[in-house]
Amino acid sequence: MNKAETITINGKVVPLEGEKNLLSVIRKAGVEMPTFCYHSELSVYGACRLCIVDIEGRGIDTSCSTPPRAGMSIKTHTPKLRKMRKTLIELLLANHDTSCTSCDKSSACKLKDLAADLGVKEIPFKKTREPRKPDLLSPSLLRYPDKCVLCGDCVRYCNEIQGVGAIDFAYRGEDVVVTPAFNKSLAQVDCINCGQCAAVCPTGAIVPRSEIDDVWSALADESKTVVAQIAPAVRAALGEMFNMPASSVTLGKIMAALKYIGFKEVYDTSFGADLTVMEETNEYLERRRAGDNKTMFTSCCPGWVKYAEQFHPDLIPQLSSCMSPQGMVGSLSKKLLSQTEGKSEKDIVMVSIMPCTAKKFEKDREELSRDGSPLVDYVLTTQELGKMIKEAGIVFEDIAPAAADLPFGLYSEAGLGFGATAGVSEAVARYASRALNNQELSSYEPVTNEDFPFWKEAIIDEDNVKIRIAVVAGLGNTEKLIEKINAREVSYDLVEVMACPDGCVAGAGQPVSYDHGIADKRKTALKNAGKITPIHCPEDNPYIQRIYEKMLGSKPGSHEAHELVHTKYQSRKRIDNDSMELAVTDHEAPVEINVCVGTSCFLRGSQDILSGMTAKIDQEGWKDRINLKATFCSENCSHGPTVTVGEKKMHKTSLDSVVAEVEEQLGLVTSRK
Amino acid sequence: MATPTMTAEKLHNFSKVCEILDRFDRLPSKIIPILQAVQEEYRYLPEEILTFVATSLGISPARVFGIATFYSHFSLEPKGKYIIKVCDGTACHVKGSSGLIETIQRELKLSEKEHTTPDLLFTLETVSCLGACGLAPAVVINDKVYGQVSNKQMSELIAEYKAMEA
Ligand code: SF4
Ligand code: SF4
Ligand code: FES
Ligand code: FES
Repeated sequence: MNKAETITINGKVVPLEGEKNLLSVIRKAGVEMPTFCYHSELSVYGACRLCIVDIEGRGIDTSCSTPPRAGMSIKTHTPKLRKMRKTLIELLLANHDTSCTSCDKSSACKLKDLAADLGVKEIPFKKTREPRKPDLLSPSLLRYPDKCVLCGDCVRYCNEIQGVGAIDFAYRGEDVVVTPAFNKSLAQVDCINCGQCAAVCPTGAIVPRSEIDDVWSALADESKTVVAQIAPAVRAALGEMFNMPASSVTLGKIMAALKYIGFKEVYDTSFGADLTVMEETNEYLERRRAGDNKTMFTSCCPGWVKYAEQFHPDLIPQLSSCMSPQGMVGSLSKKLLSQTEGKSEKDIVMVSIMPCTAKKFEKDREELSRDGSPLVDYVLTTQELGKMIKEAGIVFEDIAPAAADLPFGLYSEAGLGFGATAGVSEAVARYASRALNNQELSSYEPVTNEDFPFWKEAIIDEDNVKIRIAVVAGLGNTEKLIEKINAREVSYDLVEVMACPDGCVAGAGQPVSYDHGIADKRKTALKNAGKITPIHCPEDNPYIQRIYEKMLGSKPGSHEAHELVHTKYQSRKRIDNDSMELAVTDHEAPVEINVCVGTSCFLRGSQDILSGMTAKIDQEGWKDRINLKATFCSENCSHGPTVTVGEKKMHKTSLDSVVAEVEEQLGLVTSRK
Repeated sequence: MATPTMTAEKLHNFSKVCEILDRFDRLPSKIIPILQAVQEEYRYLPEEILTFVATSLGISPARVFGIATFYSHFSLEPKGKYIIKVCDGTACHVKGSSGLIETIQRELKLSEKEHTTPDLLFTLETVSCLGACGLAPAVVINDKVYGQVSNKQMSELIAEYKAMEA
């Protein structure tokens, strides 16, 4: 090795292999380096200063933001550096809410670990701030600003990977805080509940909301029948919480643990995935038969669905109308159990165990309820299930496996595949091939499109099956894909979207892990679990057949299927705030006009209606009789511009149609020429 | 309730936001001058307008909020018609400006956190020096300077302004 390509770390010579920063070289050399703000997939921020090193001839600098140069000699743990790091931690702890014993992140908190590693014993600094209020309104995530170390990981993740930007830094100096816009709750802004901010947070400042207590109470309530379903990706990761190697045998243990905990029946969400394959493929083919050639988007990821509802309301008709697999299992099992148990659906409690925080939001969707009661009552993350198992005193390592219950416990390899990216689209493509070509697809390998490295594509052209599929993960990437589709630079028939990079196996409800290879390990575990599943295709799952006969009108897309396992979506406001008052009068019975100036309506010309209306009010002297307001999305985006005049909601309006309606309501119609 | 004059003002203001956005070609990089211009129009940065500006520029509302709270000259609270500035600089403090602040807070039911009355008539601001130390303690209401104000005079002043509006 030639000398020009090495650097010296603590006296040891280390080769350079194209690393972008010193930190990566240091870690490659096997030296532990604490960091809060460095993530290889995010931009370099350089704010936490923990990664400081002493560079010979240059002094102390942050290693995450320093490019390695051949010949450098650095030290990583000199007494001075250790002292500096310790002071940094002490300063952070001065204002920190140190309720570690009750903190959800306790077992995986980098701050707590570092304080211990650096020998922090007492905190020499005084609190300088008033305590801040936690944000407890979101169904998916809780925020505790007094536990934040301002590393900005969550902010960058939300912006750079998800393209949402729901949280950001605000205020300055001592008062800096990471917050949603206008100090609102995550529940009131455009957060899509993916939870990846919580997954990257080194402390307990953002954590998934726990529903453990609610589930224990439901289990204790004798009037209820409490059942569970478990999503594909959960089995690939739960073992991590019990130091068990990722393997396919975890499932049996999970089922046994759930039974022990007191669930009357335990089902597998993969059954719902099987059903989704049948319904979604059928839906796709139906759309084509009906002459609809627009791209169809998958709808099993609730993060993506909310994103589409907020940012691309125009695409709502192109989302598959299939409920997510959790919804399908909830819907069918409640219906069936209410018959077999002789109970009202309200007394059947469905608990889903999911790798995902956004599923907690999804279960609250009004569309996922029947006669006022939800199809899924509680959602536990993989982390929460692990905690419940510990709370119940189960020795998970030793528990003997058990099987899932029928009919919703049997599944195919294809259904299980939903747990990782490309699984959904693969299942649909293969099923379509069997249905239309009477034979297996020769292969399904999505590849990167050279021009657009943000997603993968599979162009299938085998006899009767001609489908162009794109597989995308991460909503930042999805946004790019939508842009290109809209610009007609690319075209696809089916797009599989998952909000979390790597798909559900890397969902934010999975056990906290700082190991970069973890998603791949889980994918392998899931693949292996699929391999030992005797049924490969959803249509060969005998219980899928049986449920079709019994409950779903004997075939995909039937009237019954639409009743029970399909759903609807709604346009959503990004930020929950008031309308802007433009003209308000004291007149006792004024006519109220609300003009939507949300993005979608704005693009369709609502601004012209608004300015036209203000001019008209002036000109006609109506200002004492009209309250004119501008709202930011009246949640009817696909029919915009939306205007309400008095009680009347008007769609696809123009200035003329609004003026006509106003005149009518003001009782001026007769005087019109 | 708003009066018809305010109506006209608000109408004018909305077209103003669009005008401001257009003036800066709806460029996200011009966010600071845009916010400055908006603040000039409204005397503060209303939440709804910030959301509108953010959406129009393709920046997240959280980031716009971050920018608006970073610079101290932006205000996210509506300000009253009359802005009462009480000097709390050294000279005024020594001459009892904290008593004045208490008086105003009591009379107008304001606090450390509430600076503006709900009817949007008065806003109380403390400033570090009005440059009128000779008149300590000094109070400025909009553009009028009042010097050597006693607590009693302060109460009377407030009553006068209230009477003007009644
Ligand atoms: S949950 Fe996702 S969308 Fe919401 S703030 Fe966190 S990263 Fe952003
Ligand atoms: S909430 Fe967590 S991830 Fe976000 S800045 Fe604070 S400590 Fe970092
Ligand atoms: S990791 Fe380098 S400054 Fe935070
Ligand atoms: S932008 Fe959503 S209804 Fe107008």
